[in-house]
Amino acid sequence: MKARVTVMLKAGVLDVQGEAVRHALGSLGFAGVNGVRQGKVIELDLAETDAAKARASVTAMCDKLLANVVIESYQIEIL
Amino acid sequence: MKAAVITFPGSNCDRDLAVAFEHAGFDVARVWHKDTDLPAGVDVVGVPGGFSFGDYLRCGAIAAQSPIAGAVRQHAAKGGYVLGICNGFQVITEMGLLPGVLMRNSGLKFICKSVDLVVASAASPFTSAYAAAQTISLPIAHHDGNYTIDADGLARLQGEDRVALRYSANPNGSMGDIAGVLSENRRVLGMMPHPERAVDARVGGTDGAGVFTSLLGEMALA
Repeated sequence: MKARVTVMLKAGVLDVQGEAVRHALGSLGFAGVNGVRQGKVIELDLAETDAAKARASVTAMCDKLLANVVIESYQIEIL
Repeated sequence: MKAAVITFPGSNCDRDLAVAFEHAGFDVARVWHKDTDLPAGVDVVGVPGGFSFGDYLRCGAIAAQSPIAGAVRQHAAKGGYVLGICNGFQVITEMGLLPGVLMRNSGLKFICKSVDLVVASAASPFTSAYAAAQTISLPIAHHDGNYTIDADGLARLQGEDRVALRYSANPNGSMGDIAGVLSENRRVLGMMPHPERAVDARVGGTDGAGVFTSLLGEMALA
């Protein structure tokens, strides 16, 4: 079973890299990009076959390592 | 007095930190990240700068889960001293020994230069050798030194006099110009500047020596 974790900075945390990307898009002539938020996607290949158990386990992984919940939020998709 | 300096894969200030502790008069034990225990009788744990685990995932995140991390947490929980410098600061915040997080510098550039710092609190085991509000100059060398914490946390740090060092001219966007913060019991210090690179007049000046002599003095009193 596979899981995909999307880690993003929480709303309200200034994303300086996203801002730099927004500026770069503007200078390339892409008008109207009002905001860019940059995050990361982590794909996990799991031995677990039960979706609920996989979700619980990936949630624990996010809280312990994959995200820093002080500034980041995460979303888990079980695929 | 005994110091332990931890080495992770990618640490690059571990030797300098060991030399700085020795220079101040500490016995130093070098500890590998795969060790699960600190040597007996360690008073202070030094978590050095560098790029532990290549800064993968987040700076310090993987080092904070390494086998030695449990022993460092226990040491701190028992009231032991911990000094985290640069990447070490990132590691100990990821361990949860200090609040907040070090984010990417607001200017997005790696900054390597000497900066002026104000000793915001001389009432700590790491800064007692300095005068309050003294200005010192230490090198910084980091890409992720932008100290970030929620508004309540920042107010708490300031209210409890837990900001040890502030930048005179903020180089990286840190909230409150914070360069170094103390734990609630004041025995854990995380700082982005490198005091261990400023303990010898021949290379880099001696403004950092006070961190180590403060600690030694504190322990001699205890």
